[in-house]
Amino acid sequence: MNNSILSRLDWLSIFLYFLLVGFGILNIYSSIQSDNALSLWDISNVAGKQLFIFLGCCITLPLILYIKSNLFEHLSYIFYGISILSLMGLFVFGQTISGATSWYSIGGFSLQPSEFAKLTTALVLAHFLSAIQTDLRRLKDQFKIVAFIGLPMLLILLQPDAGSALVFLGLFFVFIREGMNLRWLYLGILLVLIFIFTLLFKPIAVSIGGLLLISIAYFTIRKSFNKKSPFLITLGICVLFSFSVDFIFNSLFEQRHRDRFNIILGLEADTQGIGYNINQSKIAIGSGGFSGKGFLNGTQTKGNFVPEQHTDYIFSTIGEEWGFLGSSTLIILFTVLIFRIIYRAEKHTNTYRRIYSYAFASMLFIHFFVNIGMTLGLVPTVGIPLPFISYGGSHLMAFSFMLFLYLNFDSQRLS
Amino acid sequence: MIKKFVLLSFTLGSALLFIVKLISLQIINQDYNEISLNNAVEKRPVYPTRGLIFDRNGTLMVANQPVYDLMVVPDNLKPFDTLELISFLDISKDELDQRLTKAKRFSSKIPSVVSRQISKEKQALFQEKIWKYNGFYFQKKTIRDYILPIASNVIGYTSEINPAELKNKSEYSLGEMIGRQGIEKTYERNLKGEKGVQFYQKDRFNRIIGSYKEGFYDENPQAADNLTLTLDAQLQLYGESLMKNKRGGIVAIEPSSGEVLALVTAPSYDPNLLLGGSRSDSFRVLVNDTIAKPLFDRGLQAEYAPGSPFKTLNALIALQEGVITPKTQFTCNQGHYYARGSFMKCHCPIGTSNDLIQGIYNSCNSYFAKTYVQIINKDSTASIGLDRWRTHLEKFGLGNYLGYDLPIGKKGFIPSSSYYDRWYEKGSWGPTTVISNAIGQGEVLATPIQMANFTAAIANRGFYIKPHFVKPASLQVNDSLYPKNQTLINTEHFETVIEGMYQVVEKGTARIARIPGIDVCGKTGTAENFIRLNGEKTQLTDHSIFIAFAPKENPKIVLAVFVENGYWGGRWAAPIASLMIEKYLNGTIKRSWLEDRMLNGSLMSEYMKPLSGKPFNINE
Repeated sequence: MNNSILSRLDWLSIFLYFLLVGFGILNIYSSIQSDNALSLWDISNVAGKQLFIFLGCCITLPLILYIKSNLFEHLSYIFYGISILSLMGLFVFGQTISGATSWYSIGGFSLQPSEFAKLTTALVLAHFLSAIQTDLRRLKDQFKIVAFIGLPMLLILLQPDAGSALVFLGLFFVFIREGMNLRWLYLGILLVLIFIFTLLFKPIAVSIGGLLLISIAYFTIRKSFNKKSPFLITLGICVLFSFSVDFIFNSLFEQRHRDRFNIILGLEADTQGIGYNINQSKIAIGSGGFSGKGFLNGTQTKGNFVPEQHTDYIFSTIGEEWGFLGSSTLIILFTVLIFRIIYRAEKHTNTYRRIYSYAFASMLFIHFFVNIGMTLGLVPTVGIPLPFISYGGSHLMAFSFMLFLYLNFDSQRLS
Repeated sequence: MIKKFVLLSFTLGSALLFIVKLISLQIINQDYNEISLNNAVEKRPVYPTRGLIFDRNGTLMVANQPVYDLMVVPDNLKPFDTLELISFLDISKDELDQRLTKAKRFSSKIPSVVSRQISKEKQALFQEKIWKYNGFYFQKKTIRDYILPIASNVIGYTSEINPAELKNKSEYSLGEMIGRQGIEKTYERNLKGEKGVQFYQKDRFNRIIGSYKEGFYDENPQAADNLTLTLDAQLQLYGESLMKNKRGGIVAIEPSSGEVLALVTAPSYDPNLLLGGSRSDSFRVLVNDTIAKPLFDRGLQAEYAPGSPFKTLNALIALQEGVITPKTQFTCNQGHYYARGSFMKCHCPIGTSNDLIQGIYNSCNSYFAKTYVQIINKDSTASIGLDRWRTHLEKFGLGNYLGYDLPIGKKGFIPSSSYYDRWYEKGSWGPTTVISNAIGQGEVLATPIQMANFTAAIANRGFYIKPHFVKPASLQVNDSLYPKNQTLINTEHFETVIEGMYQVVEKGTARIARIPGIDVCGKTGTAENFIRLNGEKTQLTDHSIFIAFAPKENPKIVLAVFVENGYWGGRWAAPIASLMIEKYLNGTIKRSWLEDRMLNGSLMSEYMKPLSGKPFNINE
């Protein structure tokens, strides 16, 4: 048994996990170090804490691997329930840090339930979707799915922590994989494009543009469609959406939200106010050059120019100190890890395990895309961490357990 | 099937997008590196402290002291106790408001100076309260500390470099001190040293948080040279006190080395006036005093008629040119006619017959007028004779800059034949036309340091060394910087003239300068001088002049003393020179009666005469 489980483990993912977390701790250490050297073996500094939590996770790894995967499947609802209760409990017992009531404070350590909700929602979704009686095309089941995802999202949005809530949207990829009609994907992409164009141009211009494009599409491919209605409905949705975006953006959004989008779209060049973070992050990364300034030698990092550098903006430290070589290697490592998880997920014959693995890959991707995109100034500022790299105990634990469950399911594929 | 690849393609697409963005940020765009260096690394100059200045005996004369500028960053200002601040700064409320407005107009983020050079004692009292004054802070600076408040004319002064000068002097930065006058200016390079640089890591609030790369790129400042002056501080101080309430100058030189022992100008100023917050006001007062002219160095810049001391040079030239011998005698009848209707007066009794030595110690005008005629008439034309005479004088350092190491000076004047050709029709002038030159009046002009210098040439029996104010050893250069300048006169002729100068003190016009135990040689002068008063040429009381050296054999000190409008050379200049010699050679003064007379004597009433607007008598 012992030998066989070792031989069935996904060693590549384990290797990538150790590599990423180790690299992360190095960079956390660098981002907080000052002239007096800090010890990694001291949990009073964040690098020491992160190492401490990492070691704790490593101890649980063999335990989790030995548990039968069926147990998790059966306990999915219970885990989910605990998760929802803990999210609700925040409104009573929660601790407010920088405006968001997202933490429990227990004996010097802070616990962030929204991180664990990612894990439990993935479990419950896999359980529900894999059930024989569930049909993705049935309205009742679709409603249930929206409820499973919507409940934690809503609770997290109320904290308010829009960034963490956004991660749940990544589960969209699971539905696509599990047979949702692709037109929802196209519609989603279309709406994102309309959203951007509406901010760049006037809604009336977007409407006229949409009308033109859809007319062209209609006249070129009408032979394959009998009805005009899909085109007209799409056009209607586009026009309505464009105007409502304009209304929501200008009337309902607060200025700070508007600013985040405006900076990314280049409508405002503000390097002192809201644009400061992005600008400093880009300076730090850009000044790293091809090979970087070297470990502990980043001047921007030392000067604390980039705020939140050990958490959400950790990638700017990597960019400055490890240069293009280091940062592009990191991007490749992440891509390989996500690819690896999807590849192994597809091999599962058990739907529950496949959906769980897929959900994990989707959430990893959302974190990866939003975090690095934000640091590079490609995505509006949304505060979510870079998995395995950023400082954050709950985050590291939740994602470690997610990975360990994936490894567990993967190793027990044949059972 | 496409559904399986949606997440894969999104992942791959994002990864590619990120890498493209990284290439553009890190590889293609090079600006970020510079921006990063500019906002994260600060380069700060490190100034070495300015070199110290010692006198020839190692007495510290000029050191450095810390002072504090009160700075303000207008953006950081919060309401503060205005009354306390204005009483500390000793300015009015309006003045404070004005300075704050000015600072704000310059920049609301960059610090400006509110009050300059606050002494460290005053600053210490306020330092404990400064935390109550948001936006204000003290910035330490180093300025000069004049341990001995003397010789301001030699040492000069320093002040902050101004923005206009900065354009040509890239090695300086705003707020740095630069030598303005005297030694401070000439030896600026040595005294300044070379500034170093330190690199600091800054944080996002622009605060220094440590050194950059453990100081790997730092450069240490090069310490400045300490200078040892040739001045004797005791002698300088004594000279300055002797010249109190008089105008004029004293130049004392060690003849064997050319080292200037004292350079006194009167009136002078206290160098401490040009320090501290009231610097510019004090400076304006000194510049605007156009009557006493305290910034005018009479030892270096005043061109006087040399008067009778000049006779010693004419005697030497005449001996060298062979137109007289030491035995040559001329008679004098209270003067003589040197041309039809032109009489030069002399104080010799009727029927006096002088040889050269008697001519010198009696200062006989007739003797030297007749000698001078022979010098000029030695050749076929007066022009050749005059120019040869001029060549001799030039070899004594007259008529041109001496080239000493202070930034100011005057050439003096020795007329040439072409000069007279311009005044008179060519060939129409002769020795009698220019006869005043014989007795150091007329066209010749010399500065006191030139006078001291030619006296040094006489004392050295034929050569002088360029006068200088800093010991070559303290500049790490050798003595060859100052070679011997030979005159065209043979050594034996000097002995004759020196004997004459010795007799001046022993039984001539400067018997008051005798010092028991020291053989003093000298020559008095009483030089006529004129000013233009209300458009008319008006004669003032004669200048009192004395040149001297001592001891006669192996001289240690030569002096030239000028006391403006002091009348007889023996009245002021000779006693002052004599006291200086006694002070320098013996260290103590035995003739306290003479010392008291000189220290307390004042010529201020003499100087007030032409200003009174009433008619006045001279030479009383």
